[in-house]
Amino acid sequence: MNLISVTSPHTTGPSRTQRVMAQVLLATLPGLAVLCGLFGWGSLINVVWACAAALACEAAVLRLRGKPVGFHLADGSALVTAVLLALAIPPTAPWWLTLVGVGFAIIFAKQLYGGLGMNPFNPAMAGYVLLLISFPVDMTRWLPPFEAPDLATSLQLFLGRDHGIDALTGATPLDSLRTWAGDAAALAAQPALHGTFAGLGWEWVNLAFLAGGLWLLWRRVITWHIPAALLGALALCALPFWLHDSARFASPLFHLFSGAAMFGAFFIATDPVSAATSRTGRLIYAALIGVLIWVIRSFGGYPDAMAFAVLLLNLAAPTIDYYTQPRSYGHSKPKRGIGG
Amino acid sequence: MSDIDYRGIALNGLWKNNPATVQLLGLCPLLAVTGSVVNALGLGLATMAVLMLSNLAVSLIRGFVTPAVRLPAFVMIIAAVVTVVEMVMQAYTFELYEILGIFIPLIVTNCAILGRADAFAAKHPPLPAMLDGMMMGAGFLVVLLLLGALRELVGEGTLLANMHLLFGDAARGWQITLIDDYRGFLVAILPPGAFLGLGLIIAGKNIIDKHLKDAARRRQPGDAAASRRVRTTGKVA
Repeated sequence: MNLISVTSPHTTGPSRTQRVMAQVLLATLPGLAVLCGLFGWGSLINVVWACAAALACEAAVLRLRGKPVGFHLADGSALVTAVLLALAIPPTAPWWLTLVGVGFAIIFAKQLYGGLGMNPFNPAMAGYVLLLISFPVDMTRWLPPFEAPDLATSLQLFLGRDHGIDALTGATPLDSLRTWAGDAAALAAQPALHGTFAGLGWEWVNLAFLAGGLWLLWRRVITWHIPAALLGALALCALPFWLHDSARFASPLFHLFSGAAMFGAFFIATDPVSAATSRTGRLIYAALIGVLIWVIRSFGGYPDAMAFAVLLLNLAAPTIDYYTQPRSYGHSKPKRGIGG
Repeated sequence: MSDIDYRGIALNGLWKNNPATVQLLGLCPLLAVTGSVVNALGLGLATMAVLMLSNLAVSLIRGFVTPAVRLPAFVMIIAAVVTVVEMVMQAYTFELYEILGIFIPLIVTNCAILGRADAFAAKHPPLPAMLDGMMMGAGFLVVLLLLGALRELVGEGTLLANMHLLFGDAARGWQITLIDDYRGFLVAILPPGAFLGLGLIIAGKNIIDKHLKDAARRRQPGDAAASRRVRTTGKVA
């Protein structure tokens, strides 16, 4: 009898990376839908344009590096970076803003470090921070929710034609908080701060990303450690200060459902490449991100802090991994000390 | 020491052993002040002057200083030269002196200068030592200028802005605005732009080196695969 001897694995299927990336893309759909519902077509245009730009950049660099272009493009990681970055950019962004951000994310933050799996920083957030520090005005021009411009206006904005844009824009809940913190009467008069249960409009964006994130959890694409620790730390920091002085500090609920909190907790901080790896490590990593977000939101120069916090902790992830390396079976736990 | 290879010294300073792109020395001022061409030129010229004078002085005293105390002696010489250069800048280019600020006295700590003093000037007669200082300084200056131009161009869309700080009122009209109504890509002016720019310049140099090496190998097919790495650390020759 002839038996064919083949080494494992014996089952074949589409690449695991490809499936994970596809699921992440699917999970962003509710968030994208709500963004489009509140702010018009801008986010959808951004996403499509960013995907095209990301694929072009990725293909160009892969060619330069002499790597198989089709194989690496098919893993979908460039698309995920593009979509995450496009969701973070305001829907009023002109085409060149998205292009610069995506180009930097793919070429500098990802491919120059060696491509997927080698990048120490989350590419989408690196691109976002580059844009935020370079073009602060364009990057903070959000529209007021529920007053979505029509498709023609969105396209004009995308093409860079100034459509009386400053008349359209409005402060986000975090902007309002940053401007008026400490003044109880002024805070009460800010419509952006008084939605159904958190900041106006943004509560629904965050709820949609929470739904997408929970689906990712259920599909086991991500584990609970990072979102739970991040949101837990954020809420835990906010609670005592809010109880002490609610005119100056926002409530935990407001923090959890404002800005990029849910988006970051489920989609950004969970990036398996740039996050810490062990379970303990992930808890520490995500909790520190949560603390930093609260600190920067409350005392820093920017209204939101997800990108900065994630990049800073990306930098710390190797150190966190070093000190939280799990014991392997049959070995004692390695002693880790300062300089050890 | 009759047969000094002057061409080799020049080539070494400008390209093969360039302090900024190969030895990666003096990066602190290099990264900090290259926000515009005028800042880069000012600091580059100051560094070049210090390198020449300190190399000359070190070479002149090389017979009298015992090896045990040579480093303190070199540092004293360099510090004295830097103070002179600083006073000259304060006298003639006061505005630029104010802008460059702490980075002029910090030339003392530029490792490229102490490195050249110890590695070259202390072992060679005054003329080659001074030439080496000039060429190393020129190599440093070129990279500073390149980085300054790159950052100014990308960050502000101009070149040679504010040159009157260095060359007086006649230079006020030198500014070239390449792109009218440019939005300004701030990151190039900010510190990350310095790191990105220097990385790109080093990468560019390595690409050129690789092409030159490949071309040389194609011309001499017999001389196969003698692999040499561009050195970034280790002893400075």
